[in-house]
Amino acid sequence: MEDTKKIRVLIAKPGLDGHDRGAKVIARALRDSGMEVIYTGLRQTPEQIVETAIQEDVNVIGLSILSGAHNFLLPKVIQLLKEKNAEDILVISGGVIPEEDILGLKEAGIAEVFTPGTPTSEIIDFIKTHVK
Amino acid sequence: MDTIEAVLNGNKRSIAKLITLIEEKSHDAKEILKKIYTHTGKARIIGITGAPGSGKSSLVDKLAKILRSKNKKIGIIAVDPTSPFTGGAILGDRIRMQDLALDEGVFIRSMGTRGALGGLSKACYDAAKVLDASGMDYILIETVGVGQSEIDIAKLADIVLLVMVPGMGDDVQAIKAGIMEIGDIFVINKSDKDGADRLVTEIETALGLCFEKKELKPPVIKTIATEGYGIEELVETIDVLWEYLTKKDYLKIKRTNRIRQEIIGLLTESVLNNIMTTYSEKIEFLVEKAVKRQIDPYSAAEIIIKEKSL
Ligand SMILES: Nc1nc2c(ncn2[C@@H]2O[C@H](COP(=O)(O)OP(=O)(O)O)[C@@H](O)[C@H]2O)c(=O)[nH]1
Ligand SMILES: [Mg+2]
Repeated sequence: MEDTKKIRVLIAKPGLDGHDRGAKVIARALRDSGMEVIYTGLRQTPEQIVETAIQEDVNVIGLSILSGAHNFLLPKVIQLLKEKNAEDILVISGGVIPEEDILGLKEAGIAEVFTPGTPTSEIIDFIKTHVK
Repeated sequence: MDTIEAVLNGNKRSIAKLITLIEEKSHDAKEILKKIYTHTGKARIIGITGAPGSGKSSLVDKLAKILRSKNKKIGIIAVDPTSPFTGGAILGDRIRMQDLALDEGVFIRSMGTRGALGGLSKACYDAAKVLDASGMDYILIETVGVGQSEIDIAKLADIVLLVMVPGMGDDVQAIKAGIMEIGDIFVINKSDKDGADRLVTEIETALGLCFEKKELKPPVIKTIATEGYGIEELVETIDVLWEYLTKKDYLKIKRTNRIRQEIIGLLTESVLNNIMTTYSEKIEFLVEKAVKRQIDPYSAAEIIIKEKSL
């Protein structure tokens, strides 16, 4: 199997809340679909996430959020990516995010928000169609 | 070509992009590697290998921190296995290195083994060159110690740390599998657990047998990576060994062998590719004949070699 391009995804969990079960499920599903998943664990700051994304040269950042601070954390990641001229990286998010916030997050530059219960196949399809 | 300049200046984005090109086997990457080669050879390449869960990533994290306190620049390559079935991988070594993410003097890259069937990929060798050329003082390469990758890391690194853990039967296994020869330094991590001293003794005994009268027996160091215990000593040991390796020309011999292997590897690959593309039909024809026992494999190969040299 001579591979050429491979989709690389950073799965990170910003915010202070304590578990990452959901993030791990996604990470495994993405791996099983042939992607390389860089998994960084809990309590990442937006700065750490963006720096990691750059060094790992990922195509996608997947942010798992439960803490309710999404309206601050997610736009912050987008802003930092812009500052580093890395806005070509696709940012998606999953977790408990109220319906009424989703539009605002998309306007801020989050490519898609996946609410709990979204089948992982949908997330995989989204990534595969949106990564150039 | 400003990529080259940016990489030589240590620009992280450019380093990262170049490593991606290398992993994608792009032609551009090869051309850039040719040009940066003269800038390589300065970094000390340290391999860290051992069983999954033995604490390699935690050790790398602590080693990097001590080296940073000495103002050294650190490149880290963390290799995890690619699934041979899906081609995917979960690269999770960064979980133990979170504090390093924002350190100016540290660059971390996670790599899957991709096509390398359990060993280290060519991309890993080339990524090390990129980090070397970018001005890193140390390059720490973490690989899971299973099978071929252990052998490979011994070829790529100047110094190999073999990480073992008490109570995992590591001792007996290592001695049996003949991997004692790979370690330049033996790290007994998780020495907060029972049996650390016994493991040290067993390894020292085994090393005594392997090395008999040779000048330098590999040192055995006890660590507790999670607490930072023993890491200072480990760094000192690496430095002392480095002095020894350079003074005695051992390093030069190691590196000469590595470069020879690399050139032979490239030659093998290109000659083989050439044969496979030019003679693919002929080879298939001979395979069929050999299946029917009308020709033997030795003669089949000789036929191709003869045709090639005509
Ligand atoms: N008790 C103890 N646990 C450790 C030590 N070093 C690492 N660990 C733990 O062992 C687990 C695996 O560590 P990691 O560095 O990821 O191992 P790796 O798979 O070899 O990279 C983690 O839960 C660490 O916290 C140690 O010296 N003592
Ligand atoms: Mg590890």
